[in-house]
Amino acid sequence: MSAATVISRRTVLAGSGALILSFSSAGRLFAQGDAPPQPATLATPPPLPGSLKQTPNLDSWIRIDADGAISVFTGKAELGQGIKTALMQIAAEELDVDFDRIKLITADTALTPNEGYTAGSHSMQDSGTAIMNAAAQVRQLLIAEAATRAGTPAAQMTTQDASVIAPDGRRFGYGELVSAQLLHVAAAATSPLKDPSQYKIMNRRIPRVDIPAKLTGGAAFVQDLRPDGMVHARIVRPPSYGAQLASVDDAAVRKMPGVLQVVRDGSFLAVVAQHEFQAIEAMRALAAAARWNETAKLPDAAGLGAFLTSLPVQDITVLDRQQAAAAGAKTLSATYSRPYLSHGSIGPSCAVAQLENDTLTVWTHTQGVYPDRDAIAEMMGMPKEKVRCIHSEGAGCYGHNGADDAAADAALLARAVPGRPVRVQWTREQEHAWEPYGPAMLIKLDAALDDRGSIADWNHEVWSNTHSTRPGPAGSLLAARYLDKPFPEPPPKPIPMPEGGGDRNSIPIYKIPGARVIYHFLPTMPVRVSALRALGGFMNVFAIESFMDELAAAAGADPVTFRFQHLDDPRAREVVATAAERFGWATKPPFSAPGRGRGFAFARYKNLAAYCAVACEVEVDRDTGRARMRRAVAAVDSGQVVNSDGIANQIEGAILQSMSWTLYESVTFDERRITSVDWATYPILRFSAVPDEMEIHVINRPGMPFLGAGEAGQGPAAAAVANAVANATGHRFRDLPISAERIKAAIGV
Amino acid sequence: MRPLRFALAFCVLLALVAGVFAIVAWRPAIAPIVPPAVNSFDPALVKRGAQLAAIGDCDVCHTAPGGRVFAGGRAVPTPFGSIYSTNITPDPETGIGQWSQAAFQRALRLGVRRDGAYLYPAFPFDHFTLVSDDDDNALYAYLMTRAPVRAPATPDKLPFPLNIRLMMFAWNSLFLHPGPYRADTTHDEAWNRSAYLVDGLGHCGACHTPRNLLGAERPDLKFSGSEVEGWTAYALNELSPAPVPWNAATLRHYLRYGTEEGHGVARGPMAEVVGDLHAIPADDMRAIATYVAEQMNHAAPERDAAVQAVEMQRDRDASDMAASADSQSNALRAVDTKNDEGAVIYAGACAGCHEGPRALPFGGIDLMLTSAIGGPSANNLVNIVLYGLPAAEAAHAPIMPGFAGAMNDAQIAALARYLRARFSDKSPWTDIVKSIHDARNRGRAGTIAHPAVVEPAASGALQQAHNEAQR
Amino acid sequence: MKLNVNGAQHDVDVDPRTPLLYVLRGDLKLNAAKFGCGLGQCGACTVLVDGEPVFSCVTPVTLLADKQITTLEGLGTPERPAPIQRAFIAAQAAQCGYCIPGIMMRAHALLQKNPRASEADIRAFLEPHLCRCGTHMRILRAIHRAQMEMMSANAGGSG
Repeated sequence: MSAATVISRRTVLAGSGALILSFSSAGRLFAQGDAPPQPATLATPPPLPGSLKQTPNLDSWIRIDADGAISVFTGKAELGQGIKTALMQIAAEELDVDFDRIKLITADTALTPNEGYTAGSHSMQDSGTAIMNAAAQVRQLLIAEAATRAGTPAAQMTTQDASVIAPDGRRFGYGELVSAQLLHVAAAATSPLKDPSQYKIMNRRIPRVDIPAKLTGGAAFVQDLRPDGMVHARIVRPPSYGAQLASVDDAAVRKMPGVLQVVRDGSFLAVVAQHEFQAIEAMRALAAAARWNETAKLPDAAGLGAFLTSLPVQDITVLDRQQAAAAGAKTLSATYSRPYLSHGSIGPSCAVAQLENDTLTVWTHTQGVYPDRDAIAEMMGMPKEKVRCIHSEGAGCYGHNGADDAAADAALLARAVPGRPVRVQWTREQEHAWEPYGPAMLIKLDAALDDRGSIADWNHEVWSNTHSTRPGPAGSLLAARYLDKPFPEPPPKPIPMPEGGGDRNSIPIYKIPGARVIYHFLPTMPVRVSALRALGGFMNVFAIESFMDELAAAAGADPVTFRFQHLDDPRAREVVATAAERFGWATKPPFSAPGRGRGFAFARYKNLAAYCAVACEVEVDRDTGRARMRRAVAAVDSGQVVNSDGIANQIEGAILQSMSWTLYESVTFDERRITSVDWATYPILRFSAVPDEMEIHVINRPGMPFLGAGEAGQGPAAAAVANAVANATGHRFRDLPISAERIKAAIGV
Repeated sequence: MRPLRFALAFCVLLALVAGVFAIVAWRPAIAPIVPPAVNSFDPALVKRGAQLAAIGDCDVCHTAPGGRVFAGGRAVPTPFGSIYSTNITPDPETGIGQWSQAAFQRALRLGVRRDGAYLYPAFPFDHFTLVSDDDDNALYAYLMTRAPVRAPATPDKLPFPLNIRLMMFAWNSLFLHPGPYRADTTHDEAWNRSAYLVDGLGHCGACHTPRNLLGAERPDLKFSGSEVEGWTAYALNELSPAPVPWNAATLRHYLRYGTEEGHGVARGPMAEVVGDLHAIPADDMRAIATYVAEQMNHAAPERDAAVQAVEMQRDRDASDMAASADSQSNALRAVDTKNDEGAVIYAGACAGCHEGPRALPFGGIDLMLTSAIGGPSANNLVNIVLYGLPAAEAAHAPIMPGFAGAMNDAQIAALARYLRARFSDKSPWTDIVKSIHDARNRGRAGTIAHPAVVEPAASGALQQAHNEAQR
Repeated sequence: MKLNVNGAQHDVDVDPRTPLLYVLRGDLKLNAAKFGCGLGQCGACTVLVDGEPVFSCVTPVTLLADKQITTLEGLGTPERPAPIQRAFIAAQAAQCGYCIPGIMMRAHALLQKNPRASEADIRAFLEPHLCRCGTHMRILRAIHRAQMEMMSANAGGSG
């Protein structure tokens, strides 16, 4: 079956875009360190676009039933970022059907392609691109089939309302055109994509399909699942990392009302009860009865920087661009640091699992149903085909939080009460204490300015743990490490560039003749760590963009102009110019209002995803040291826009979330235990500190590849705030969080 | 004498007395000055002034809720009516920008405004009179270098004749003992320093000492406790109701962090005081805490026995919980859950946090150790139960939900009775219903946002401060 | 015991100490009120009791015998949404959406009591609520939108 391929500028562009995407996406899928892909040569066929590369069959993505119902499958998950709606828009557009016709099925190991994790802002690049191309090719196949039946050349057929229409007016519904084999073909490398100027559904602010249920009490979250016969479980976690359960007198707990089972496997301790509050009371009693041997030794929270640089390293040279040393006018050095940061998901992790007829089904809000499934299968000693993980939405996870572990907990407990669905709900304290944090990091920057005030030389060193301990083998799951026959915690591995982990965004995007970047990868992890939204991109951008301001000041240059003069990429320049202009950077005079300052920052996430620039105005209260963002303006370029409201929503959220990380947050601990275990001990942004105004300008690039925007705002927002505080107070803060105490101490009376 | 002539003579006499009174009471205005330049003050003096202003918690009264700091406008309720704090920013027209150093000192020392009018003792000049000239100058330097805010004064709500400021002359004559502080030679220098801070700028007695009918503190009942804005300010002398007695170290910790595990958390107006004391120098803190602890340590023998009983009960509870898994049932065994509504409410609304495993005070204070339950009045407990401890932006501070919406008055009363019976050995309160009624009337305005309390383990940056506070 | 939820009487057989949240979700199968912390710190569980916002996670049902409980489901349905729901949907004021029902209940209570609430009033009233996704700007816009709709509805006499 040959698909008529129309060679056009569009398809060539789409093909070349896909080439780039596949090249960079392969490194992401296998996070434990596969070798980077080889560049395509003439002898190698061009790789398929997006995730088609791993899942080439069109009917893995799109299914059309005889009655014309259209199902689209994605291996990605809705996290609250609006991906469901965006993917439906893409599919509807390229299939040329109404938006409402599309039914989207997300991440399910029994039904959907394996697209790894919904992470790294890859969903649009991987899944969106795959679905776009698959849908276009499916439409083409439907046209070809109709053309054959009509005896008319394909080029004369059109599509409308899920039908192919012949020039003489005969209609062939999509449903009547499909057969078992029609779509069971591998995708081609190029597709007859629609011209963006013809878009009716893409680049439209279609309201999100998942919002109405969430706002009217519909069942929308994994927490809302109530299969028949469901029972409730609570875990009793140890008081610190690695603690062993010495003894637990559970006799009385077993007799408490509603208790069905007390489960103990080594140091894994849990209770299952009929009703939720019964499980909670039983958990409290069980926790009080448990005796633990604690051995954890945590570093000195007040001296994290010194601690990090004292650890054994595995050095990775990320960049080595030597340049003959120019006659440097000025050199500058600075060291930046951040503490461990918590995901702080509003809804603590939850999962439902059921073991029936030797098949295990787990409903989970993990970001990666396939990896989580594989790890759970290994932990349970079951064949993978007998374990099914179905993604069900949770609260925003922002990376690797407790979701994968809650799924593992539920699996273990499902085995304890076979046949019955078991719901495991983590407590707030457990989510705060046991989730894997974004790692503490230290960054040293050195640069030299030449006598024209341009950056001549640049040195960036970053110390960090790995930014991913996602499943992985069974030992990545929390419960698995505490079983009587525990699975060993796998040794951490760095995520290779161009994605990177601690070195994500460590390569400066600016034009600098000589530059070196070293990633001091730290395998020693006394505190549990993994991927937090933007990974190293948050801290590397915070440091680089703070340093750019310090360099600009040394060069006597305006911060925006200074950046501009070091940027070649026209898309970067446009994003910078747009944010600056809409903020009024050039036209507004410097502030005379006491305590006010303004700051600017820019980055391209991973130097290959979305571009984002943030300008903000901050007010610092001299009496309390409290910094408050009053106004922010951001510009973002994420390639072809599918839903600009979705992008704007993500960037607004990124700015506020990043502001909270930057001004307030740090995980706290003593010598043995995590002490930030609730919102009182880990305070985050509240409404009193929300800015007065925020504008997001989304730049559309018709026909350009999708660039993920979900993590593009965090780094620039942090640096913009720090730069604004420096502007307001005359003091440069390099250690996060930029708390009121620190500001007050620096500005004095 | 005929009635009319008597009345006439009386009026003449009255006028004479009033005239003499007015002449004697009158105070001259001190000439206004051009507001001094900010950089005319020695930075070290300004810094010292900031520390002193923290000890005096000037910003607490002189800042309206949601208003600019030191710009005044906060209502200070008194039995005589509401008095509004004044603008003490260096704004020339609405603040003290035109006040000379002498005018400022006269206000603190004698309770007289720059223009000669008397100040009401809602401004505790009866304490601030003790402040030394040097410290007055430091405070002046600090205030005159703040950001000027244009904020006209809010008129006081006082009935006639109290709204005639000249009447204060009589009050001052009776109750003001003008300073500055004179050392008590029977005590050493350190003691005198402590007394100077506590009785002077600290003005602790302004809340913690009962007042007479004319609103003056009763020196014979110094530190015997009082009521402020609907909150009980506990006795700081031998009448202290704390189940575990305070000492200098625990007081130091409490005053700096707003919490102490053997006691409870600062809330209400004390929360704001602690917010200011948080950053004062260690020496001053030690001085203050030592002096106050000394006032409390004239303990009655019955208290020692009571303290022992509390500690034994706590140990028993702890080992009970350790020994048996059935701690929840243990807790309820002591009460008849069917018939004690308060017990059921406690178990469902309070025990989850207050008997939970989170560290003090974030997980809820130890109810057996708090004066809110062991103290003489149900006031503070009722305030807390109704309005909780609201979350404060970016503060590592305990958050407690309020139950004003969830509980009606009868339910709060039942809970209060239960808590009193379960967690103290004192006789039942008699003022529960009135406390609830008054607290509801005050509404949320009766509560104050919690200060930034930073537990030492929570912030490495302040580990040092914690360490020295423990010395 | 009997509980009045969204205008209907329900007979629930639960320990009176049980916090309302678990009765709403477990016994009455209502989804909107969420478990966020169980400690009264985040607001995700907020419902109204006699019109007042309460944290259902720390409100034992023993307190609620003769009181009117209102959840988000009681304000409106997908087919006939309440003004606050219409406003939030129109403003697309949600990212993950987990915290939103609690915020909507609290906002609804405020607007009922104080239809002319200012921006400052609204922000202060929402302080007990957390939103980790950073949807605050949209939440405030949505509440203003609801406020406009409610005020013009009242002005038009259609209550």
